[in-house]
Amino acid sequence: MKFFQLIGQISIKALAKLGRAGLFFMSILSSTGYLLFRPGLLIRQIYSIGVLTFWLIAISGLFVGMVLGLQGVYTLSTFGAESSLGIMVAASLVRELGPVVSALLFAGRAGSALTAEIGLMKATEQLSGMEMMAIDPLKYIIAPRFFAGFISLPLLAALFSASGILGGHLAGVDLLHVDSGAYWSQMQTAIDFNDDIINGVIKSIIFAWLVTWIALFEGYDAIPTSAGISRATTRTVVNSSFAILLFDFLLTALMFGAP
Amino acid sequence: MQSKSIEILVGLFVSLCIAALFFLALQVSNFRDLQDNGSYTVLAHFENAGGLKSKALISMAGVPIGRVAEISFDAENYDALVKMRIDARYKNLPTDTSASILTSGLLGDKYIGLTPGGLDEYLQEGDTIELTQSALVLERLISQFLFNSADKDE
Amino acid sequence: MISIRNLTFSRGDRKIFDNISLDIMPHKITAIMGPSGTGKTTLLKLIGGQLTPDSGSIVVNQQNVHQLSRSELYKLRKKMGMLFQSGALLTDMSVYDNIAFPIREHTQLTEAMIRTVVLMKLNAVGLRGARDLMPSELSGGMARRVAMARALALDPEMIMYDEPFTGQDPISLGVLVQLIKTLNHTLHLTSIVVSHDVQETASIADYIYLISAGKVIGHGTPDEIRNTESDWVQQFMQGKADGPVPFHYPANDFGHELFANDTQQ
Ligand SMILES: Nc1ncnc2c1ncn2[C@@H]1O[C@H](COP(=O)(O)OP(=O)(O)OP(=O)(O)O)[C@@H](O)[C@H]1O
Ligand SMILES: [Mg+2]
Repeated sequence: MKFFQLIGQISIKALAKLGRAGLFFMSILSSTGYLLFRPGLLIRQIYSIGVLTFWLIAISGLFVGMVLGLQGVYTLSTFGAESSLGIMVAASLVRELGPVVSALLFAGRAGSALTAEIGLMKATEQLSGMEMMAIDPLKYIIAPRFFAGFISLPLLAALFSASGILGGHLAGVDLLHVDSGAYWSQMQTAIDFNDDIINGVIKSIIFAWLVTWIALFEGYDAIPTSAGISRATTRTVVNSSFAILLFDFLLTALMFGAP
Repeated sequence: MQSKSIEILVGLFVSLCIAALFFLALQVSNFRDLQDNGSYTVLAHFENAGGLKSKALISMAGVPIGRVAEISFDAENYDALVKMRIDARYKNLPTDTSASILTSGLLGDKYIGLTPGGLDEYLQEGDTIELTQSALVLERLISQFLFNSADKDE
Repeated sequence: MISIRNLTFSRGDRKIFDNISLDIMPHKITAIMGPSGTGKTTLLKLIGGQLTPDSGSIVVNQQNVHQLSRSELYKLRKKMGMLFQSGALLTDMSVYDNIAFPIREHTQLTEAMIRTVVLMKLNAVGLRGARDLMPSELSGGMARRVAMARALALDPEMIMYDEPFTGQDPISLGVLVQLIKTLNHTLHLTSIVVSHDVQETASIADYIYLISAGKVIGHGTPDEIRNTESDWVQQFMQGKADGPVPFHYPANDFGHELFANDTQQ
């Protein structure tokens, strides 16, 4: 009995949280109009969310690509198929690693920062203060951050894939002397613009929505104490990582599952 | 930080990332192939299209000139009907061109190789290539080889 | 200006307000006093529409705060200034920008005009020289005064001060007391002052409400309050340790709890 009661309690809590998160998202959406008049707010947030994550993503992408290049040559050479290296590197980056790894890095770098920032603003009554100054924090604080994240992550994912493909070239072609022409031409025949590139971008758009939403909501919903904020920050990273991986599975099944 | 320099950095960031996206489209994928200056469809019946997939390459003299659009089963002739989209740049293929399903390398992907004929008339939208050669099915080759050598032994 | 009727509000199981009614008169300074933790801050938040009462009504300017639509509520708030107990300054802006912030958001004034307004407000609280500091570089008392300047930035019709005097040295305290009084008289503001500084508050307040344990215990002009018979009021106004006002947050009998602890171990 205790056990079922516990399960009941947990699911009711989870549902209630999901409901609050849904309402929260709706009110972000309803603040979109305001942002159109205040592009400055958005630009400032793209700076702190996107620009400051640039090097992390670019360099991680490069290294992931280089590792793929090395491992690819190593594995493919046992079949004498090094010339397919381009396909292997590009397909794994564009379809999976680009969107997923950049989203995971983004959740760790930008998502946790967002949660902590919003949570601290709540704890120090800055959000209440704004409300009393008749400035809606949802419009002024939350919405710009949401859209900045929503715009930045897909761009960063493209950056990750691109620098990864260059990294694969660096390791495979420049270091291990796979033919450069084969690297690019095989890639171009195998990677389909609609199936691979566009689907990858769609994935990263969905991840962007998930991560920014989770991060902002956890901050907004945090218990306004130092322990509460630290737990909320942890939850952001954990929950968005789970959400990214779960949705990646679902989307992959949807996009590439059917022959 | 000054809002002006923030704006510049954001501008740089966005354009760099969009450049990355263009790089993915133009250098990595077949985007340029898709932006064809129009194309036309040609049909071909194959007795066996085993292993051929849609979007497989169609090449002539080793140069890609189009892609397979659709593969379906033709219930009248009990064979495979393959729709091929050929780039409009290559519109002077003789009507007696032959098509065969080939494999790139031993284990590579299947593709369709076209060999030009000698007639002066050219294939038009919706025409059918008459001369076709099916996919080589490895199992069949092996069994043929085995039977042949068994015959010789007798 | 503000009339509160039969207000009941609870946090969890604890009733913070139990059916209280009070009136804030326009263009006067009304002081709200009471022991720590009775819900004075909560009352201000209820008036500002940040909390919703369980029952009862709060009417500000003939508008029932909790029946307003979101946009009407925000319109009403533009006419209210509030000094938060914690200051609630925006930490990523300088002192100057903090005060300019509501002006920039709500008016079309040019930067030059905003500058004049901001410097005037800062001068009034004696912090014109601190305009380029960040909130993290301010002392507690300074932050309180900046927050006060910000609450005044939009020239509100009514202003709520949540403990404006705590953390101020005697000189700034005197200046702030005078400032609240002058603002009230020259601009005809309606002011609500929540404070524990009995003497200072009584010297400027036109009317005083004493609340404790969710009830209004006494109210009247400072003179009336001083002359009430009630033990409770006398104890609070004179700050005596002994009397009917509990110093402790509601709890079980201390001896009993000590004993209970013994038996647990
Ligand atoms: N967020 C909250 N959740 C639960 N209880 C709260 C919360 N905020 C305040 N309380 C409770 O409400 C009561 C009133 O709090 P409030 O801050 O209004 O007191 P106060 O009269 O302003 O005290 P002080 O003079 O110390 O500032 C307190 O007893 C506190 O325990
Ligand atoms: Mg208080």
